[in-house]
Amino acid sequence: MADVQMLALAPPQPAPTAQRLGKFSAYFGTPGNTIVSLLSIAGILFIAKLAFGWLVIDAVFSGAGEACKVASGACWPFVAQKLRYMVFGFYPYEEQWRPLLALLLLFGACGVSMVPRFWSRNLLLAWIVVILPVLYILMAGGVFGLTPVPTTSWGGLPLSFLLSFIGLTLAMPLGIVLALARASNLPAIRVLAVGFIEIVRGVPLISILFMATVMLPLFMPDGVTIDKLVRAQVAIILFASAYIAEIVRGGLQDVPAGQHEAGKSLGLHYWQVMRKIVLPQALKKVIPPMVGLFIGFFQDTTLVTIVGLVDFLDTVRSAIRDPEWQGIAVLEGYLVAAAVYFTFSALMGAYSRFLENHFRTTHA
Amino acid sequence: MTFLHDMRFRAYFYQVVAVGFVVLVGWTMFATASGNLAKQNIATGFDFLTRPAGFVITEAAIAFEATDTIGRAILVGIANTVKVSLLAAFFGTVLGLAVGIARMSRNPLLARLALVYVELLRNVPLLLYLFLWYSLIILILPPVKQALNLLPGVYLSNSGLVVPAAFVESGGYALLACLLGGAAAAFLIRVAATRKRVATGRSNHGGLIALGVLLAPVLLLWLVNGFSVNWDFPTAGKFRLTGGLHVRPEFVALLFGLALSVSANVAEIVRAGIQAVNKGQWEASAALGLARGKTMRLVVLPQALRIIIPPLTNTYLTVFKNSSLAIAIGYPDLVMVSNTVMNQTGQAIETIAIFMGVYLALSITISLVMNWYNAHVALKER
Repeated sequence: MADVQMLALAPPQPAPTAQRLGKFSAYFGTPGNTIVSLLSIAGILFIAKLAFGWLVIDAVFSGAGEACKVASGACWPFVAQKLRYMVFGFYPYEEQWRPLLALLLLFGACGVSMVPRFWSRNLLLAWIVVILPVLYILMAGGVFGLTPVPTTSWGGLPLSFLLSFIGLTLAMPLGIVLALARASNLPAIRVLAVGFIEIVRGVPLISILFMATVMLPLFMPDGVTIDKLVRAQVAIILFASAYIAEIVRGGLQDVPAGQHEAGKSLGLHYWQVMRKIVLPQALKKVIPPMVGLFIGFFQDTTLVTIVGLVDFLDTVRSAIRDPEWQGIAVLEGYLVAAAVYFTFSALMGAYSRFLENHFRTTHA
Repeated sequence: MTFLHDMRFRAYFYQVVAVGFVVLVGWTMFATASGNLAKQNIATGFDFLTRPAGFVITEAAIAFEATDTIGRAILVGIANTVKVSLLAAFFGTVLGLAVGIARMSRNPLLARLALVYVELLRNVPLLLYLFLWYSLIILILPPVKQALNLLPGVYLSNSGLVVPAAFVESGGYALLACLLGGAAAAFLIRVAATRKRVATGRSNHGGLIALGVLLAPVLLLWLVNGFSVNWDFPTAGKFRLTGGLHVRPEFVALLFGLALSVSANVAEIVRAGIQAVNKGQWEASAALGLARGKTMRLVVLPQALRIIIPPLTNTYLTVFKNSSLAIAIGYPDLVMVSNTVMNQTGQAIETIAIFMGVYLALSITISLVMNWYNAHVALKER
């Protein structure tokens, strides 16, 4: 959980003596090395044969559950039949173009936001004022002639993405404020910030989700109910903000005190110093670890399935447990889910390595 | 209105506003909650801890019966959480160290394989792996009736692994005393040997001697009177196995999943730590004629350790918190036991407060221990 993948971002360096060996001797230079190579090759071949046999040779490509029961390989009809359910959950069938469009919009917006040249305060503003509301309207409907769809019918991949992306976008400003509060020289504010950050970081995400889903309703006045999805979303935002605050704090500590003093001597007040001088420098430094954090949180949103929300992992699990396919397609279902999570996490990982290089060349 | 521009006044003002806001929100929530609880006839307070639990816990690190108190049930949950976290941290660290060193191997094939291992584990959610391991155990292994009898007394089925349990009947305390005494003596010898090595610059066999001192008392005890060990062999009945030590599939799946996730993190941490050691250290060591293995052990790893410890602390804290995913596959950890208690008593606020408090306390303990160790190995500047 909240696995800060900062270390994966350390600049790649060649192993100290690896490069001096020739191509051939790198594999078969010494007897020990030869054994290691041969064992590795044997292992790779064995796994490849196993995987190919399961995925292709022994696999079933058409038919129903009955055919799969007999065969020893993968059951592709399961994936074909269940894919749409796995992706969209119980969202009304005829309206499923809306979550699809929302997903595409989200991907497009992320694609644009990933280019460092477009980064600005306006972009963050655009996310909060334009992109997220449009996504919400697409999903929820109720205006512009779109049929309203209650959040209880939301599910699958769109839900997973919305929870993680809205969560992280909104946790970002909160985390920055928390980091500033922690670095503040007003003791009461500092104590409040430290208390919040340390408590949240000291407990598992699942306990905060429990708080939001089981405990929070007890704190609401009569007749006031908050949507379960919103409650889980708020829990994720609060949880993420504490971790973001810790990363931002690292960035703030890296900005020399002279920068604060120079800003003050120019007559700027606290918020001006922060907004115009300190934060731009601090945030730039923490972008790569932040992406690492995002990968962790994207995976952590799977925990909402424990408190009963229908995210992507949950739709996959209920597809697996469908009576028609029960016990037949367990591996297939989890493999599809793993492939999806792997693809997006690996893409974000590659992006963080790109950023690492980008900042190294321009600000060395 | 000059006081509005007075920095000291402003500082106090902001702080009073912030604290006031927090107190106000807290007070409102408290008031609403107590009103709601009274209306729904939910008791408050911690009296429920002393009431009998009335539920069984399938796997308890400390003895537990349904007639025991709820408080003891929560203790069982804590013990189970600690047990699985410690084991996962241990196995994960050992495995991760091996994978991390494999990633640094001069053999590109092995290094690449280690990379694939790490990436596969880090880019797929832990929860998905837990579900996967758990369902694979249930699916692939035969039901209890056709349990595989691997060795005499060892049965493997989809309800877990059953092995003979060993009970040390007599001489148990003597054995324990020998173990502890040996460990203490070995530790002291090790410290003295290191001090002597640092002082004289000559290598000695402190490690070997310490190992001998560690094992000798136990061996001696065994040779002198032997300990009478009683074995409780499981017997296969018609529907279930009775006796023996039962390792349940939930525990195996959780331990396996957590240990693998720790190993991937540890591998990355070890690799980053080794790479962060200056290249000149390798070259200087090679120039002194040290072999690669010795360079690693005596020159590079001690320096890498300083870089490794803070992120390693984070990994251990993470695995401890991640053990709470146990509830998804039904291993009775702290969260799952608390959840049962919550459903039974309806006292969500108290129960959640208890388990959050326990997690906080244990997190802080782990942090303190690791910080102490970090200060111990940190570079001491003159």
